[in-house]
Amino acid sequence: QAAPGSNSRGLRSGGTEPNASSSSCSARSPPRPHKPTSPDQQRRRPPPLLLLPPQSNSAAPVPATPAMSIFEYNGSAVVAMVGKNCFAIASDRRLGVQLQTVATDFQRVFKIHGKLYIGLSGLASDAQTLYQRLVFKHKLYQLREERDMKPETFASLVSSMLYEKRFGPYFCQPIIAGLGQDDEPFICTMDCIGAKELAKDFVVSGTASESLYGACESMYKPNMEPEELFETISQALLSSVDRDCLSGWGGYVLIVTPTEVQERILKGRMD
Amino acid sequence: WKLKTANGVVIATEKKLPSILVDETSVQKIQSLTPNIGVVYSGMGPDFRVLVRKSRKQAQQYYRLYKETIPVTQLVRETAAVMQEFTQSGGVRPFGVSLLIAGYDDNGPQLYQVDPSGSYFSWKASAMGKNVSNAKTFLEKRYTEDMELDDAIHTAILTLKEGYEGQISANNIEIGVIRADREFKYVYKVNYAVFTAT
Repeated sequence: QAAPGSNSRGLRSGGTEPNASSSSCSARSPPRPHKPTSPDQQRRRPPPLLLLPPQSNSAAPVPATPAMSIFEYNGSAVVAMVGKNCFAIASDRRLGVQLQTVATDFQRVFKIHGKLYIGLSGLASDAQTLYQRLVFKHKLYQLREERDMKPETFASLVSSMLYEKRFGPYFCQPIIAGLGQDDEPFICTMDCIGAKELAKDFVVSGTASESLYGACESMYKPNMEPEELFETISQALLSSVDRDCLSGWGGYVLIVTPTEVQERILKGRMD
Repeated sequence: WKLKTANGVVIATEKKLPSILVDETSVQKIQSLTPNIGVVYSGMGPDFRVLVRKSRKQAQQYYRLYKETIPVTQLVRETAAVMQEFTQSGGVRPFGVSLLIAGYDDNGPQLYQVDPSGSYFSWKASAMGKNVSNAKTFLEKRYTEDMELDDAIHTAILTLKEGYEGQISANNIEIGVIRADREFKYVYKVNYAVFTAT
């Protein structure tokens, strides 16, 4: 998920371009004979060469970390799993501004209609805006067609909306989970420009996605009942966010069956 | 002339050619808008062609957005909106056609009439054009809700015969059907006994 070409060496090259090859270490001067110096002479000696960070000449704060990917600005973890005639969708609850935690009750999983939920990881403002636009489109669809959108249709809608912004994208990775015709569970994910990826078992996204892949792959088994699915997805989520510094502060899990929706808040390592 | 049955829809029209020298295969009054929606018109042919083109594009735009075939009601609504636009915009005239749109989607077989004003109605059986009042009276007597599709085709041809001067044959009518397989098809071969018997 790192943005291509992210330059983490920006602080090192203190000189201009032609000196780039020699700027990675301090200047190598030939060793000088050691001469005793008086305090006056010491003061007049030029200060030792240091690798100074670039002076910031504006009021903007210098970031404490090297250039961060926009997807890692807020931190997120979202996962969805398929069970027997049900599905579960879960997310972490942390909202951060880089390394600082700003909220511990941030909602990333949103309802579209009774049997369709979308989880949006990535940049929080884009997640909220995208959710508002999708609800708008879905409400108009409901009024025109007098029915709810099927999850597959909704996924295609999200995909085309994201691709519309191909050259100035929403920095979000959505996870869509719903019960389709005959209450058949449906999950899918896509990248920030709308490349859909359907799955039969589970989908993950967010900064903790690599840990989530590992945890889900080992903990998942097909045709789990709602209670067992809840246990599995909660364990997968909590163990993965523990390995990721940018997500965590508890979990929010939704289990959706044809007859009911269960919402649960998890308390994990609050850090 | 159009009939909706429990398991399909049939539309039929007479094809009046200006002279016997005209190549009748080049004239197509019944067209498909999507694989599961067909349309027939009464009125000006060129206006019909423009509407067919616009409707087909709208159906494809819907598919691009939702990856789902457009429901019949939505296509009818959008076509009617185009027709209404032309009654209120400057420098254009209303379309000189009335359309009968037949389709089969998740809500079953459906039949809609769209007028030049842009108003649309759903029908179980309808007729337009020449001898419309006679045809409708005939349909009112003959139509039943649970008729089979083949009976419906028969009834449609009989309705056409009622208003047609001269002999009907396979060359001067067009018939289109949609069955439960949701595919709009032209009917090319009909049992000729239908034409000659009654």
